[in-house]
Amino acid sequence: MATLLMKPDETSSYAPKQTYFSPYSFNGGTVLAIAGDDFSVIASDTRLSEGFSIHSRDVEKTYKLTGTTVLGSCGFHGDVLTLTKMIEARLKTYKQHHQKTMSTSAIAAMLSTMLYYRRFFPFYTYNIVAGLDDEGKGCVFSFDPVGSYEREAYRAGGSASSMLQPLLDNQIGFKNQQGVEKVGLSQEKAVALVKDVFISAAERDIYTGDAIVIQLVTKDGIKSERFQLRRD
Amino acid sequence: MAAVAIPTATDLQIGGFNFENCRRNVVLKEKGLKEPTAYKTGTTIVGLIYKDGVVLAADTRATEDTVVADKNCEKIHYISSNIYCCGAGTAADTEMTTQMISSQLELHRLNTDRKPRVCTANRLLKQMLFRYHGYISAALVLGGVDSTGPHLYSVYPHGSTDKLPYVTMGSGSLAAMSVFEDGFKPDMEKQEAMQLARNAIVAGIFNDLGSGSNVDVCVITKDKTEYLRTFDEANLKGQRQGNYRYKRGTTGVLKTQVKKFDYEVVGTKVKGEEKMETA
Repeated sequence: MATLLMKPDETSSYAPKQTYFSPYSFNGGTVLAIAGDDFSVIASDTRLSEGFSIHSRDVEKTYKLTGTTVLGSCGFHGDVLTLTKMIEARLKTYKQHHQKTMSTSAIAAMLSTMLYYRRFFPFYTYNIVAGLDDEGKGCVFSFDPVGSYEREAYRAGGSASSMLQPLLDNQIGFKNQQGVEKVGLSQEKAVALVKDVFISAAERDIYTGDAIVIQLVTKDGIKSERFQLRRD
Repeated sequence: MAAVAIPTATDLQIGGFNFENCRRNVVLKEKGLKEPTAYKTGTTIVGLIYKDGVVLAADTRATEDTVVADKNCEKIHYISSNIYCCGAGTAADTEMTTQMISSQLELHRLNTDRKPRVCTANRLLKQMLFRYHGYISAALVLGGVDSTGPHLYSVYPHGSTDKLPYVTMGSGSLAAMSVFEDGFKPDMEKQEAMQLARNAIVAGIFNDLGSGSNVDVCVITKDKTEYLRTFDEANLKGQRQGNYRYKRGTTGVLKTQVKKFDYEVVGTKVKGEEKMETA
């Protein structure tokens, strides 16, 4: 039979005391963007939470950057606030220097460098940039927290991204479907799909709920729409 | 004649838990294996005493980390016909603990030929939980009516208990308790008591992310027990607009193979007489 010897640790009272501080927390939230032929849709839920508590039911996680570009950002809300503030400042100085607003693809490239600049103390944020490109086509750029990015047709990010992305792959990318006509998405269909997938995400992800804000970017400007989700 | 192996005293299963994989699991964990996670019922459960008995109530969400595992689970467990028990914590622990105590109490009832008392259930629960040093994560709200009247206990995972007129437990216990502290009165009417319990659970459902979906209620009086499953549907599911049914043949068939297997005819039998088709 094994015996357990308990011996008081004499050195422990002289050992240096170490305390920890975590500079990050996770505030949940999901963002989602879809690029169409001549439009793009970007949406986020409005719940801000931490642990098992809800901080707010009314915080939009999409940020209008220019007349043709919207950023969706979630993760650690403190970093989201700082990052969006820094982006806005950079956009302002760009306009003053060049006498024009930054294009969507230029904003995406800039965001990548801003994120990589903090490679070893990253912004804990999941970002998706959506808007119109230089030719007026819908575009979506997705990022990881340290600046890797690519242009895509659709993307989900944040808390419920692993639930939404396979659904988008199937419904927009027609993945795992045989013998179906691969038709492009209309504005109405895209908005309806966004609502439907968020309804599903709110069913299963505790950090997604309350409401969503949908931003529709077209050549005529940005149209904003709000849609209620379950609040539990 | 083959020798019959007679089990020795050490071979016999004497009940309780089996710990034989503990040492192996510690080694595997050191080598970097991730332990599986159990379902938790990050829960809101409440109970209160009113004029004629006890009201128990619970939400119906079970979570596994940040994902909802069960949207409509039952958290009010049967102990005996006059005693029920709400459970928060690890789903398996609350389920098995209440089942074991229910079984022990039934045997006690058959031995004594008396209706079980709530204090007996309470003592069985606390003695079992204390024996396991809190490793059985079951936080319970135990309520019932016996020969001495209505009783309500809260039982903590380490084995301590409180006997109080109104109690809350689980991750939503603070939200629920705030409703009780605001609205509780001794000797309430049944409808009033049920509504207060419902409001306490709803407070947990909306303000605690670990709690959600519906409200279950159980009302126990001297001669009747009412188990009201889905007493209130606090959340309505969103209506989807799209149609997500696939056309037949959408799933690709990659390979088809028909395999025949040999069989022997053991016997044939004609079952009944079939009538000739005349229509």
